[in-house]
Amino acid sequence: MKKRGFMFAFLAGAVLLFANAGAEAADYGYISITNPSFNKTPIAVPVFKATGGQNNELAMAVKGADILADTLDFTGYFAIIDRNKYLFDPQRDGVSPSDINYGNWTVIGAELLVTGAVTTFDGLIEVELRLMDTYKNGMLLGKRYKGTVDDYRDMIRRFCNEIILLLTGEEGIFDSRIAFLSTGTGNKEIYICEFDGYEPKPFTRNNSITLFPAWSSDGKWMAYTSYKHGKPDLFIRNIQGDRESVVSKNGINTTPAWVPGSLELAATLSFSGDQEIYLLTKDGKIIRRLTNNKGIDSSPTFSPDGRRMAFVSKRAGTPQIFIMDMNSGISKRLTYSGRYNTQPNWSPAGDKIAYTAMNGGSTNIVVINADGSGQTQLTNSRGYDESPSWSPDGSLIAFSSTREGSSRIYVMTARGTDPKRLLSISGEQTNPKWSP
Amino acid sequence: MGRKFRICLMLVLFIPSLMVTLSCVRSKTILPDAMEQVAAQPELEPSEDQCREPAAEVAVKTPEPPAPEEFSNDDIQFDYDSSDLTPDARELLRKKAEWMSQNPDKKATIEAHCDERGTNEYNLALGDRRAQSAMAYMVEIGVPQEKLTAISYGEERPVDPGHDESAWAKNRRVHFVFE
Repeated sequence: MKKRGFMFAFLAGAVLLFANAGAEAADYGYISITNPSFNKTPIAVPVFKATGGQNNELAMAVKGADILADTLDFTGYFAIIDRNKYLFDPQRDGVSPSDINYGNWTVIGAELLVTGAVTTFDGLIEVELRLMDTYKNGMLLGKRYKGTVDDYRDMIRRFCNEIILLLTGEEGIFDSRIAFLSTGTGNKEIYICEFDGYEPKPFTRNNSITLFPAWSSDGKWMAYTSYKHGKPDLFIRNIQGDRESVVSKNGINTTPAWVPGSLELAATLSFSGDQEIYLLTKDGKIIRRLTNNKGIDSSPTFSPDGRRMAFVSKRAGTPQIFIMDMNSGISKRLTYSGRYNTQPNWSPAGDKIAYTAMNGGSTNIVVINADGSGQTQLTNSRGYDESPSWSPDGSLIAFSSTREGSSRIYVMTARGTDPKRLLSISGEQTNPKWSP
Repeated sequence: MGRKFRICLMLVLFIPSLMVTLSCVRSKTILPDAMEQVAAQPELEPSEDQCREPAAEVAVKTPEPPAPEEFSNDDIQFDYDSSDLTPDARELLRKKAEWMSQNPDKKATIEAHCDERGTNEYNLALGDRRAQSAMAYMVEIGVPQEKLTAISYGEERPVDPGHDESAWAKNRRVHFVFE
């Protein structure tokens, strides 16, 4: 052990255990988000060591390792090696690099190893977490967290964030949330859960149809459509819920999308008699009309630099996706294959647009490069796969699907692999929107 | 028990059931899509359910206020991904307009719907176009615009929960609510 800082930071405050850890992060290049021929990195996450050995601590040791493994598994970057194969007993064998027999890990195929040691006392919990490279026999990351028992999940999630940052060079998604619609109360209402489906909570209680949640790029505002005043009005509300503006023009007030890096948003309004996209302030004032074309224009989504807007238009006879240059106002058709392409969602890296394509009887998620090349169908479902929404790091896509009967929210990698259901709650769930 | 009593009993049983049968025939011819009436105006409209469970339904239903003329209950149907008015749709709208001119105190809410295919974002806009098509035609043939309100529900309120063409056809509709 080289250097240990015994500063106790409360509430999941992290202490870097080893000063050298992470210094070489950029050189490692373990994981490339954009590499298409990507292989999952095999990682072992043994049960943590319970330093005191009492029952509740042993339970926390198992729980912590489970949360950590599930959290890493969710990213799609890792293959979590089955614990039954481990030649390791954390209580006996120790958790620090000098204690580890790396051969015991390489022999079962693990390239990475996370060990943990947990101590509980007086309602508090302290956990030491280490990420090790089993081939290079070295520790990549070491942190100690301390907080209340309620903070345990958050501590582990923070460590996972560190792992992802180290291995990919990008911030992880573990602080992000997903808004979605659920009919559990008998009405479609907006709910918000954590990135992995944990703790879904109602965001609206309108007792009426509520649709199209849209996060502002700072994550502090939510725009959506609700019929709570009897017709489809647009509501712009801060997440705390103490400020709200309403756009309640004749016709529809729908499909909001915020301009990245600003508190302006685009939405579809039809007070003119035609469904057109307008740019609005967060107070709901019209700044200007963006589209001007007879027929439906709807569903805006912006490139990360805010310079281009993809949207759906029926100007070519069928609903197709177009891209407008925000400066010139000139629009160009993006999608040509299929007769029904809607719900565009621009990737955070800016290079791709995911959308919903209906072809014959099937509805699937497709991605296409913003220049129109590289069209790839990501799902091939017998049900309706709809409403794609990128994770903030661009590595995952949330969508809704009826593949198991009722509509549920699923998350898959941006390559279309590893789809998994996000949560199991009553009612049907649709229209997921991943927070920044 | 006398013969007279048996005859009375038969009449007591027979007459209401005849009435129910007649009302079923009537409601069937008038309301091709009675499910719609249940969903949209549960407290106002007679329901085809009466045919299936006459006794219970007739007993439970509270007195019905006078309904608008029969045609006002009919929905205007649309082709897939279309807001164009068919000749049948125009004919129905003319009848509704005529009824409104005879009932000048009435206002109408034009509720437009789509089938479940496609996405709810686009369908809300498509429903808006259907509502506006119907409203524009009503205004064109003389109904004052201030008596009409249009609301699109997109695919959010299907009248038939099925997943086949017959359900979809029913769900692609404009429904009038008079008040």
